[in-house]
Amino acid sequence: MTVETRQGQGSGQNLWRESRARNVRERLVRVVLRACAYISILTTFGIVFVLFGEAFTFFQDVSIVRFLTETQWTAGFATTPEDGEFGIIVLAWATIFSTIIACVVALPIGLGAAIYLSEYASAGLRRWLKPALEILAGVPTIVYGFFALTFVTPFLQGTILPGIQIYNILSASLVMGVMIIPTVASVSEDAIYAVPRGLREGAYALGATKREVATKVVVPAAISGIVASFVLGISRAVGETMIMAVAAGALAQLTVNPLESMQTMTAYIVQVTSGESPRGSLEYETIFAVGATLFVMTLLLNTIAYWFVRRFREVY
Amino acid sequence: MSQSSTEVTRQKEQEPGTGGNFKTSVGARHGWDRFFTALVFAATLIGLAVLGVLLVDVGRQGVPVLSWHFFTSLGSADAENAGFLPAILGSLWLLGIVLIVAVPVGIAAAVYLEEYANDNWLNRLIEINISNLAGVPSIIYGLLGLGVFVYIFGLGRSILTGGLILSLLILPVIIIATREAVRAVPQSVREGAYALGATQWEAIRHHVLPQALPGALTGTILALSRAIGETAPLIAIGAVPYMTFLPEGLLSSFTAMPIQIYNWTGEPEEAFQNLAAAGIVVLMLVLLVSNAGAIWLRNKFQRRN
Repeated sequence: MTVETRQGQGSGQNLWRESRARNVRERLVRVVLRACAYISILTTFGIVFVLFGEAFTFFQDVSIVRFLTETQWTAGFATTPEDGEFGIIVLAWATIFSTIIACVVALPIGLGAAIYLSEYASAGLRRWLKPALEILAGVPTIVYGFFALTFVTPFLQGTILPGIQIYNILSASLVMGVMIIPTVASVSEDAIYAVPRGLREGAYALGATKREVATKVVVPAAISGIVASFVLGISRAVGETMIMAVAAGALAQLTVNPLESMQTMTAYIVQVTSGESPRGSLEYETIFAVGATLFVMTLLLNTIAYWFVRRFREVY
Repeated sequence: MSQSSTEVTRQKEQEPGTGGNFKTSVGARHGWDRFFTALVFAATLIGLAVLGVLLVDVGRQGVPVLSWHFFTSLGSADAENAGFLPAILGSLWLLGIVLIVAVPVGIAAAVYLEEYANDNWLNRLIEINISNLAGVPSIIYGLLGLGVFVYIFGLGRSILTGGLILSLLILPVIIIATREAVRAVPQSVREGAYALGATQWEAIRHHVLPQALPGALTGTILALSRAIGETAPLIAIGAVPYMTFLPEGLLSSFTAMPIQIYNWTGEPEEAFQNLAAAGIVVLMLVLLVSNAGAIWLRNKFQRRN
């Protein structure tokens, strides 16, 4: 089309050459841009290749059955596959336990904040509160880790929980809960904000109070987006690394006492990689087996969240 | 039969004071309303209160340590001599690499997906893949860096490896933000350009991209500040605990601000804890300034629309 327009002006060969050059450039640009988009596929391929490749080598030394059924994790002391125990449940339980504590904090608070921002806050207040929450979301996790270790733990020790250890899963998880509040709040708020005005007005016309409209009409209407925000929050908690590595310690033990140290999957990877672990050693291979487990868990959670978000988008 | 059951319900509803599910005691309902309002307001403030306590606590510990010596000294195993300079320079190197690699690639990928890509299975796969990558824990990217960049590509535990891993990590964030900005440019802008004889790329380069720039820039700045604060993947690829020399080039070993903070936090002596707090003060100032800048940019842009 472009070529015809230019030739229509009838000024001969120069323009024709120029437009041929333009066509070549168009095609080149397209190829380059497409290559950039394909990098994301390469990244995923690289992750899967590295994690499962190394994990496969590990599972040739330590069977998958042992990995799933043993109840201790002593990989740090093991020089041969036989004299150690490799029960992933120890690390996975620490991850799940910390996630549960963090969610008890973050899910209700995040949803409450979302309801306040969308239904109650005046436009002026909203303009200040939303960026403030975004700044909360932008705090690096190492900073939260430092805060949990040097402020929250001593604070709990000095007030209500004198028996708490210096490294413990409770402070780390509580602070992690605060870290996920903005994630839950902002995704929930998007969903709540998208509920059509007519639904609210209908409820008001029937004599409902503001709280009744919020909890019995708006929240149920936005429920799939809210669930998506919860799942995303859980996924972030599962993958959170630095808070756990700094404040929860490095004791791989299977317990339900939140006042003690526990090692999550992420903290284990940090512990091994910050020391000397030559490539090909058993310890080096364990981190990829643990990493593969972590990857599968978060992938599952993200897929569920993605599905819920799409559902909520389709409704309105 | 259905009529008679309706009759029963109606009679039930007419009983004074109960009214089926509908509670008529207005006073109690309004009491609950006030309670609920206070509750959700408190929920909004809790996070901010914690942020306030965190800033005060870190500032109280860290600000007294900030000195000329702190900013200009090399790393040391001795708390009195330790400085932040190699970490600051390391972070600047990483930021430079991310700017050169992730920003153009991210914007290019976003433009391809919004402007060129057909709705076929491959492009849908790319789309789902990008949103999945955005949710992969950062430590996993560290393992990718360790397995592929450090060992298979042989780049070693270098600044280049660190920069490339951070680039891959924030690529999905940049792509998602830029796509939204490009999508918001009205179709008429493209059509106007075509009508004047522009090719597709000319329309994008001269008309779509300039209009999408503020939105893309906001997302990019937020992504860059995430890269500055990221710790876990850099530990995984083996950034060094402290540096007694300055990074010399792309293949030099390195440390970065969050890594240095992590290592100081792990030391038992209190002097190191204070150094960590001082490092956090510097890191937080950088992030607050860049995030505030991004938010300001977006607000300005939104008001114009």
